[in-house]
Amino acid sequence: MNASILVPALVNGLTTGAIYALVALGLTLIYGVLHIINFAHGSVLMLALYGVYFLNTGLGIDPYLALPIAVPAFFILGYVLQRGVIEHTAHGRDQNILLVTLGLSIIMDNLALYFWRSDTRTIDVPYGFDVIDLGVALVPVPRAVAFGAALAIAAALWFLIGRTDLGRAIRAVARERQGARLMGIDVEHIYGLCFGIGTAVLAAAACLLLPSFYVTPQVGHAFVLVAFTTVVLGGMGSFTGALAGGLILGVVEAAGGLILGESLGQIGIFVIFILVLLFRPTGLFGGKPA
Amino acid sequence: MMSDRVKLIAVPIVLAVLAAAPLALGTGYWLGLATTTLMFALLAQAWNLLGGYGGQFSFGHALFFGTGGYVTAVLQVRLGVDPWTGLVAGTAAGAAVGAFCGALSFRYGLKGSYFALVTLAFAEVFRILATSVPFTGGGAGILIPLKVSAGNFQFADKAGFYYAVLILFAISLLVTLAVERSRFGTYLVAVRENEAAAAALGINIFRVKLGAITLSGALAALAGVFYTQFYLYLDPHIAYGAGISVEALLAPIIGGLGTLFGPLIGAIVMRVLGELAHGWTGGAPGLSLALFGLLLIIVLRFLPDGIVGLIARLGRRRHA
Repeated sequence: MNASILVPALVNGLTTGAIYALVALGLTLIYGVLHIINFAHGSVLMLALYGVYFLNTGLGIDPYLALPIAVPAFFILGYVLQRGVIEHTAHGRDQNILLVTLGLSIIMDNLALYFWRSDTRTIDVPYGFDVIDLGVALVPVPRAVAFGAALAIAAALWFLIGRTDLGRAIRAVARERQGARLMGIDVEHIYGLCFGIGTAVLAAAACLLLPSFYVTPQVGHAFVLVAFTTVVLGGMGSFTGALAGGLILGVVEAAGGLILGESLGQIGIFVIFILVLLFRPTGLFGGKPA
Repeated sequence: MMSDRVKLIAVPIVLAVLAAAPLALGTGYWLGLATTTLMFALLAQAWNLLGGYGGQFSFGHALFFGTGGYVTAVLQVRLGVDPWTGLVAGTAAGAAVGAFCGALSFRYGLKGSYFALVTLAFAEVFRILATSVPFTGGGAGILIPLKVSAGNFQFADKAGFYYAVLILFAISLLVTLAVERSRFGTYLVAVRENEAAAAALGINIFRVKLGAITLSGALAALAGVFYTQFYLYLDPHIAYGAGISVEALLAPIIGGLGTLFGPLIGAIVMRVLGELAHGWTGGAPGLSLALFGLLLIIVLRFLPDGIVGLIARLGRRRHA
């Protein structure tokens, strides 16, 4: 295989991987703190993509300029979902949480299908087809932006969790819930905030994704298992792990597509997922499970 | 909840009512609906053995359903094997895939959410394989040639299919009853309730779980075989898609986890609700599944033991 095909494919894989990482960042935060495997993650991303789509087609707002609208709106949505639905339904059982979020995702996907039909929708932006010439490969501008933003958001989350008072409270709750409660931390509020931040990251991902992607009611499915794989690969709850995991998966998918063909190429991600879960459930970079 | 003696009486009564149902339902649309209801009840019964009694929640039961369906379809279309032999082969394949997937997952100690995710990933791997290999007909799917005869598992009237699926469902009900009354069933429930305690008592956890997933895989494959013969068509998205996996787990949870009649009750409630939604919206897609999702959340919130638990609670109140 010659380098003129391989290098652009790998660069393309890295930019796809950045988007996977972006989606996985919210998931890993929610898992790391709440120990919730949020099955509705892909569906929330789908809703966010529709939100950004309608802001663009209805009000003419550029997806990047929609960030300050979508991010707070989805933060509130996430907070309300956690405090209003998940908290009351889980009865403290792991499997119930998984089922509640599954129920939420079924509701979201199918209401979207009911209201918006299964048409594939895309938007037109003036910079949609602009490319940056790296010498070895051409990178579309929207993808380069998403790549940079993924790094920035991972850094911001790392700062938030590692260096702020809120982050300290979040880490305390993640580590030792009862102890945190005794120290006067409102545990349920922290859970809501974490879920809110996790979904807000998805809104940011949607703003960055839509200029180079599409939206359908099923689009979440394409991301949900990939996001889980990313999180498991990087180590549950680790931001740098999610970032690295996403980039690795993007490259694996690109290489798989090149070697095995488009349809069989997707299999690589799921095989990796199964192998990591079986043989290294703490992830490639993880130490002890949280 | 229900005493053993009540169950032994209830099973033949329920089966007799189901056998008499075509008298009330006629031979048209409603009988077709009853047929698919029983097919999903069969799939749900399969899921319930592993998820309800064993506490191992699978998010990928389409893996077994699809395998049963594809084995039957491919044997018929590519090798000319008759569908009854296909039924046996498909069921065996479902059991084998169940044993394989279970041996890997349980050997490495996957539990709870991790087990759910790994089953989902297995189903996805099979979906991609079914799309990519040549003999399944790929993404376009596989068509079974129409050749109506009972020997060919194709019936001229809807009643034929209804009684076929009723027999398959009855098998799953009796298997569940037998498991409930067996030592294996007691072990299985012990593993669900407290794995560490069960292990301390000398129960071989791995073997118990492996037995449950193998049996569950075989029964789910049976539902897949019936699906193929009923619709005479299968594609990777139907066979191994998330839709079937979700159907498999919704009915037992809504009806009542780890109960004998929960899957049947759940499947009936879901079909009726689905029909109502279909009527309200004139058949626009999406709303009935959205209602199922809502029902799932309501049951989790208010009825931890499902509809069967609700009935038992109401019964107790009346007697009190």
